[in-house]
Amino acid sequence: MTQHASPPRDNTDKVPPVGQPPSWRGLFARADVRTLSLLGVLAALILIGGITKPDEFLDTRNLQLVLTQASVIGVVTVGMTFVITSGGIDLSVGAIVALASVWATTVATQDYGFAGVLFTAVIVGVGCGLVNGLLIAYGGMVPFIATLAMLASARGLALQITDGKTQIVTIGSILDLGERDAYVLGVPPLVIVFAVVTIIGWLILNRTTFGRRTVAVGGNAEAARLAGIDVRRQRLYLYLLSGLCCGIAAFLLIILSGSGQNTNGNLYELDAIAAAIIGGTLLSGGRGTITGSVLGVLIFTTITNIFALNNLQSDVQQIAKGAIIVAAVLVQRRTASST
Amino acid sequence: MSHTTSRRGLLFGTAAVSATALLAGCTSNDSKDEKPAANDQSAADDKPGKHVTIGFAGPQADHGWLNAINDNAKSRAKKYSDVTLEITEGSNDTAAQIGQIETLINKKVDVLVVLPADGKALTQVGLKAMRAGIPVVNLDRIFNSPQAYRCWIGGDNYGMGLNAGTYIGEKLKGKSNAKVVELAGLDNLELTKQRTQGFDDALKNYPNIKKVARQAAEFTVESGQAKMAQLLQAQPKFDALWNHDDDQGVGALRAIEQAGRDDFLMVGGAGALSAFQAIKQDNGVLKATVLYPPTMAASAIDLARALGQSKGIGGLAEFEIPASLTLYSAVVDKDNVDQYMPTGFR
Repeated sequence: MTQHASPPRDNTDKVPPVGQPPSWRGLFARADVRTLSLLGVLAALILIGGITKPDEFLDTRNLQLVLTQASVIGVVTVGMTFVITSGGIDLSVGAIVALASVWATTVATQDYGFAGVLFTAVIVGVGCGLVNGLLIAYGGMVPFIATLAMLASARGLALQITDGKTQIVTIGSILDLGERDAYVLGVPPLVIVFAVVTIIGWLILNRTTFGRRTVAVGGNAEAARLAGIDVRRQRLYLYLLSGLCCGIAAFLLIILSGSGQNTNGNLYELDAIAAAIIGGTLLSGGRGTITGSVLGVLIFTTITNIFALNNLQSDVQQIAKGAIIVAAVLVQRRTASST
Repeated sequence: MSHTTSRRGLLFGTAAVSATALLAGCTSNDSKDEKPAANDQSAADDKPGKHVTIGFAGPQADHGWLNAINDNAKSRAKKYSDVTLEITEGSNDTAAQIGQIETLINKKVDVLVVLPADGKALTQVGLKAMRAGIPVVNLDRIFNSPQAYRCWIGGDNYGMGLNAGTYIGEKLKGKSNAKVVELAGLDNLELTKQRTQGFDDALKNYPNIKKVARQAAEFTVESGQAKMAQLLQAQPKFDALWNHDDDQGVGALRAIEQAGRDDFLMVGGAGALSAFQAIKQDNGVLKATVLYPPTMAASAIDLARALGQSKGIGGLAEFEIPASLTLYSAVVDKDNVDQYMPTGFR
């Protein structure tokens, strides 16, 4: 376990004491300021969108569109938040989404219908997470390296399965879930799944022993071990959880795009990490916020949406995206340190 | 933390093994109707001649079009009793591809067919092959120097845009204030700029048409869906859409279906089987697609064989094959789709 000795950190004071409930009031106060500043950024974006394109942006269909586009990466980000909170990193999420989505859409899998596709997507996700977890928790590999290896292999396997071809989904019941007819009271099914995953994620991180253990392991793994937490098993579960989220996201992507392709999930790892960090989860571990991560995802998706509605090209989009990441983090620092 | 094998562990283990077994069965992609074959006309004559060994090096086939390139080359070579094809493992890594081509040079193949991962970066190794007396057929992505190849054959990106624009222009003729939308491919690539340039130039001939929006996707289904969904939201009403690539078109069509829109005509690009099928069925917005034909790989094998046997192209007066061949980006619509169906790629 020595290889996991706690990394150098600048905020040891923020680690909740292990073995007893963290001070809820303190956590809330801090989270509130961060969340508020994120909401401020989001509000500013909505203002910009509303001014530049009032008819197209401030529209129910556009809200449905933004939330739908946020669902897939959103579910991945929830899993990623847990892993980062524990002081780890999962670089393989995009590759796992790709592998799960192509494995679940082969001709052979589609023979099993809706349940077969769903089962395969989830099991492949969990399976990859299991391998990651075993390598990291019991194989003693650094998360960066283990998940980098998984990234390479899962992408390779996905390419091998598809042979570079686009696999079209022909199962009506899956395709129907992406249509307007399937909306429940105006809410797309994908968004419902995203919301459910978010709520469960929030509950697990903030209201369960599992969540507290995750924070403890990320804060100081050695202290957590001395306090009687099975750090290795905890790590294993966290990568399993991330894999599970990838499996669910892959199924959502299958519904959304009506196909499986080995190029799916391109650079999801960076998007998910960026959203989590913007949200206020510490890259060095010990602090995580699901609310922040989801707001981070929504900020990114809204930016993309506003740019597309204003017909800005991808070069401008990329430049502005980078600038907004820096601005958002700086604003957050300011507000957080001024309290 | 080592437990002795517990019952729970055993149970999980068994479950994992059986899940794996079930999953392994799920990787098969075999369906009954396979093998899109290239059409059977050949450039040189079919009579067996001197035996030719052709070395083929291409990039990693990570999407449908490149995959079709490999298939076309292989099936074409198999057709000739006098051709042996030495095919290398595809690679997107420039250094790896250079190594593979050097191996083929050392093996003393008679002719080389090279589709570089990056044309400029592989110029030197093309020169090396030519200096070693091995003629090179440069496929699609062009080398920096004409000395590095004996013959270049490839598609016409500018022409794709031009023909797509002209097709749309003719369809919208007489319609005043017509609006057109463009879903481009990966903006990092020069070919995307060329396609857009051709499209814009064609539209200049039709003063009644205005391009109102352009977004760039990434040649993937996922990005096609995402960008198209945004375009549809941005443009509540337009008359025609040109999508650069049929792979991302799968996603674009999905977004169009999800938005419940059918009030415009769509033209695709590249020539995927799924696009041909949709055009033939004629019950959606997709009415045509502009070719970037993967059959060029089959033609490259023909040219390589002709080079190896010192023949010209049948039907032309010259005794030699040309130095450069730019393929035509034909528009495939309902009227001629049957003819092109066998060349469609997945």
